[in-house]
Amino acid sequence: MELLRDTLRELRYYPSAVAGLIIISLLTIFSIYTVIAIPYEEAITLWRGGENIWYRLPRTVPPAWTNFFRAKKLPESVILDSRQGQAQRSEKAMSDGKQITMNFEFDFQYDAFPDDLSLYFYPTYENKAPFVSVTWFMPDGRELRITDVAVKRGGAFRFGQDEKLARRIKRKIGDYPANVALFLDPASVENGGEPTPLKGIYRLEVVATTFEPEANVESELIVYGQVYGIAGTDHLRRDLKVALMWGAPVALAFGLLAAVGTTVTTMIIAAVGVWFGGLVDETIQRVTEVNLMLPLLPILIMIGTFYSRSIWVILGATIVLSIFGASIKTYRAIFLQVRESPYIEAAQAYGASDVRIIFRYLIPRILPVLIPNLVTLIPSFVFLEASLAVLGLGDPILPTWGKLIQDSLANGALYKGLYYWVLEPSALLMVTGLGFAMLGFTLDRIFNPRLREV
Amino acid sequence: MTLTDPAPVTTHIAPGEPLLSVRDLRVWFELRRFGLGVAGYVRAVDDVSFDLYEGEAIAIVGESGCGKSSLMRTILGLNRPREGRIIFDGRDISRFTREELRWYRTRVGYVQQDPYGALPPFMTVRSILEEPLIVAGVKNRQARIERIRKAMQEVKMTPVDDFLGKFPHQLSGGQQQRIVIARAILLEPRLLVADEPVSMLDASVRVEILTLLRQLQQDHRLSVIYITHDLSTVRYFSERIFVMYAGKIVEKGPVDEILERPKHPYTWALLAATPEPDPRNAHMFREVPPGEPPSLITPPPGCRFHPRCAKIIQGVCEVKVPPEKEVTPNHLVQCWLYDPDVSPDPPDM
Repeated sequence: MELLRDTLRELRYYPSAVAGLIIISLLTIFSIYTVIAIPYEEAITLWRGGENIWYRLPRTVPPAWTNFFRAKKLPESVILDSRQGQAQRSEKAMSDGKQITMNFEFDFQYDAFPDDLSLYFYPTYENKAPFVSVTWFMPDGRELRITDVAVKRGGAFRFGQDEKLARRIKRKIGDYPANVALFLDPASVENGGEPTPLKGIYRLEVVATTFEPEANVESELIVYGQVYGIAGTDHLRRDLKVALMWGAPVALAFGLLAAVGTTVTTMIIAAVGVWFGGLVDETIQRVTEVNLMLPLLPILIMIGTFYSRSIWVILGATIVLSIFGASIKTYRAIFLQVRESPYIEAAQAYGASDVRIIFRYLIPRILPVLIPNLVTLIPSFVFLEASLAVLGLGDPILPTWGKLIQDSLANGALYKGLYYWVLEPSALLMVTGLGFAMLGFTLDRIFNPRLREV
Repeated sequence: MTLTDPAPVTTHIAPGEPLLSVRDLRVWFELRRFGLGVAGYVRAVDDVSFDLYEGEAIAIVGESGCGKSSLMRTILGLNRPREGRIIFDGRDISRFTREELRWYRTRVGYVQQDPYGALPPFMTVRSILEEPLIVAGVKNRQARIERIRKAMQEVKMTPVDDFLGKFPHQLSGGQQQRIVIARAILLEPRLLVADEPVSMLDASVRVEILTLLRQLQQDHRLSVIYITHDLSTVRYFSERIFVMYAGKIVEKGPVDEILERPKHPYTWALLAATPEPDPRNAHMFREVPPGEPPSLITPPPGCRFHPRCAKIIQGVCEVKVPPEKEVTPNHLVQCWLYDPDVSPDPPDM
């Protein structure tokens, strides 16, 4: 305890340790926040849910904050849902039904065109489907009829895929895809220039006519942007934020459990071997030597391929295989030296038991070596998990940083220039490694003052 | 008999009986060949017998590697004897049960040579001194603190509270050794084993520590085994001297007898090698016995000192082990020179 308090006090004098501690605390707070804000079940649904959960997001777009560095601002997504009161909605009673008018209005101030537009309908009716007519109003007062259609349950209108709309656009605006034509500033193309979007307030009017007294229509307009959220999205329209956030607790838990699990057991085994010596020590040493020859990664790959890719199975296997690792030799060397200390002899002379000697006299002596070791070991296990994920052996359910990298590589992110996809998880991995490394090295300097002179 | 509060003066021995008696003790260490067969033995202690009475201090002197540390560790119960018996308070310690061994360890205190090494560097003085009490089963924290205070006052580490929270490296060598002594007397032992307690200390502190030990010994009527290679400190301390050579006690006797009238040629050599603070000695060449201490694996036959002995009697010393002879009352020596059949005219130093 004393040791711990003194160490913490001394850590203040090392800027790198303070930085490391700040990084680690931020990661910890971030992890706790993640687990509370996106509970496990929700995260799994968000990550594995399927199209009907991800349909609102654009595909493979970088995060919104990248606009800050761009001269031409890319559009963000606009999602307006009449069920949530994001449209001006009015109803007018008619014979046998009513007329519902929904106005979706949004301000568009970007220098690029959105990716696509979709309109989703959520009608309720018994037999006769409601009829909607959709009109697009541009900031300069022009208007364009989009479609007139009877809406069925689960119906959606995709602007970019409608033949009639394409023909109408060609006739009225020019030969552009719908997502360009609807936002085009006509002035920009008059002299054959690059099409640029017109900035201002756009409005989509949906007029629905129902034919039953109880029938109703709600709808949702989605203008898919070219940037999204704080993390961007992947090829399945998933928000990378979920994986990046959940990656933190998973990485920390894996790293910490693996590091503590291996170091503590290794240390106890080394101490027991040294203290009892003879056959016990021989056995431990031979097992260690054999184990050192066994390659960790291929064994984990085998376990992942043939048995289970669950992160807990992999964690267990990692710990089991690392217990009899090279550090047993290091600790043994120190213990052999400590064992000969006169204070151990004194403890034997006043009758301390074997267990007491191991835990009260041998092990505390090694803590100065162990604690920095433990701290620097955490990121190496985090990286191990990421490497396994990159090799396709990540946990099949949990989203982790390594899996993001794997997804991005599998989908040619670097080839397509989607750097954010690779860099975000990599940066988090590196920051994690950096935080623990800075703290670990400083702890090493504090606990082993002789290193300071080197 | 309770472990928690050992009564200070329970004794099983009749007056005049020794507190500790060592009989024909042999401590041999096995040398293994490839971890299997026994290749031989290191005969660290070979056929040693002596008695130690209550309240008596004895000094065991001898050069490095003569087996005095092995003898001490065996008495402390840390080494198993190969043969022979160690009788403490009327009972054989090699037959002790686990419980009896725990009791025995509360009855024997141990003062080590290197005070800094003897104290775990990661514990405070309080924890260091609490350890033996916890091991001995003193459950009550308050009682432990009381006993720590008492022991620290006895070793004159006052005011006690100034030292309780300190780590060993924050103390001077003399203070560290006082803590070691406090730890040794904490359980109110009846036998104190002191292994060169002052050899690692500054000359200025030596006398203080020796005086302290002497005082504790007299106050508590402790029996003390004082192990040293330095004859100059022996006089401060002990009533009898045992001279040990190559695993055997070659000469035993009262301090004055041994220092004034040594009998064994090895003791002569030891005494001759003791430095005296006399400027005239600065350029004087001292005669030391030639050669090295013998191998304890294959000790020389006969008298173990014979290869280095100046007074060797050819045909006897290298053949037969010398018997123990009482030359004057209580002064025993293992040397053929004092056997009238072999050497009718014993030399005198």
